[in-house]
Amino acid sequence: MNPQEETSLIQIKGIRDGLLATFAQAEWELLQASLVSQIDARQSFFQGARLAVDVGTQALGVNELVGMRDRLSDRGVALWAVISESPKTEKTAQLLGLATRISKPRPEETRTPAVENSSDETALFISKTLRSGTRVEYTGTIVILGDVNPGAEVVAGGSVIVWGRVRGMVHAGAQGDASAKICALDLSASQLRIADEVSASLKPQKTPRPEVASLNNEGKLQSEVWNID
Amino acid sequence: MTAQVITVTSGKGGVGKTTAVANLATALAADGRKVVCIDGDIGLRNLDVVMGLENRIVYDIVDVIEGRCKLRQAMIRDKHHPELYLIPAAQTRDKNAVSPSDMIRICNDLRADYDFVVIDSPAGIERGFRNSIAAADRVLVVTNPEVSAVRDADRVIGILEAEEKGNPALILNRLNPVMVKQHDMLSAEDVLDLLAIQLIGIVPEDENVIVGSNRGTPVVLDPKSRAGQAFRNIAKRLQGQDVPFMDLDKGTGLWNRIQKITGRK
Repeated sequence: MNPQEETSLIQIKGIRDGLLATFAQAEWELLQASLVSQIDARQSFFQGARLAVDVGTQALGVNELVGMRDRLSDRGVALWAVISESPKTEKTAQLLGLATRISKPRPEETRTPAVENSSDETALFISKTLRSGTRVEYTGTIVILGDVNPGAEVVAGGSVIVWGRVRGMVHAGAQGDASAKICALDLSASQLRIADEVSASLKPQKTPRPEVASLNNEGKLQSEVWNID
Repeated sequence: MTAQVITVTSGKGGVGKTTAVANLATALAADGRKVVCIDGDIGLRNLDVVMGLENRIVYDIVDVIEGRCKLRQAMIRDKHHPELYLIPAAQTRDKNAVSPSDMIRICNDLRADYDFVVIDSPAGIERGFRNSIAAADRVLVVTNPEVSAVRDADRVIGILEAEEKGNPALILNRLNPVMVKQHDMLSAEDVLDLLAIQLIGIVPEDENVIVGSNRGTPVVLDPKSRAGQAFRNIAKRLQGQDVPFMDLDKGTGLWNRIQKITGRK
């Protein structure tokens, strides 16, 4: 492969937060090789750089992202963000503690209204416990089968339903939807937010009971114990 | 022989990672295993001090990586056990002197000739931590019964799960049964309830640990110490033996409760 072909696979430019590499549609291995050869060719330029990578629509797993991060870190380049249109890649990046947004607004914001329209029907389902340091963001409703541990953050455009304990931070109706609700089997969150209201005074209950938190008529955040009758 | 690479990590500093590494490595060696420990805390080394080997350091791990010596030259033989070695960290460099692939290479070189490679991870979740877990077959997470330590352990477990590093096991260090009884300290149940991972040992608070660390004589060498006994039991469990948990507070049935918790897994 000649160098010109290689550079056309990946475009690297400076942004406010460091460097941004935009991947073209191509085989993952080919892209990796191209990225590495570009870095090796200009080592002094890349040394100590913070790199964000826009992988487009590629669906990537943990192995791919960890492989890329390690290869970059071997060359003194810190991978801090992976931007993608694929939900799988975004989820992987979040699990690895990588940012999935950079301050530059993405041009393809068109998908937001698409989700807004269907936010009543679409939900993100997570079937595991969210540990400290995990942040889950979704424009619709989020359903979690597992706990939200202290230090974890859940931010939803719609409601948040947790079949488990909530001890971290949950924000429902993050785009201003005051009708959003937060339901959990045990709502001893460190902080709850619905739309613009913040509540930090939730006491852990001795015997946890299912609760539903919502905004009342005065617009204040309140939670009610769920009663079977 | 194919060595098992065990990394000891925690997230929060000062919970007893280095003490755990020194004691587990010593206990494994006392059981006749061939053991190498590696200090992964480049720039803030102290495993050599806890093992009492500080004055024998000639070469360190960065010398190996940068080709100034052979791997075997950087391995310091322990004072007490001839089949226990330490590869010390460099004190005058930082974490960037080592990469994850360097650690994998060194561990692979050791695998053929030893039973266990025990890596002492630095605190935090940055480069040094990534280096330390890169080669791990098994990860032990150390925490104290304190809210801040447990939260950091939770974060580390989340990262380990994301990296598909297998199931980490938990060492609950410095538990004080009296304080737990007075509800002044998180109990083993509280910690396990949140972290939801396998428990491999509970180490009771014991002044002898500090004395041992300062003297460079790990507390497992003291047959009377309760913490030493707890570390010896963990070493046995690492070798695949089924050792019952110690009764930390005789007569209160804590052992029964722990059994109940672990039996649930």
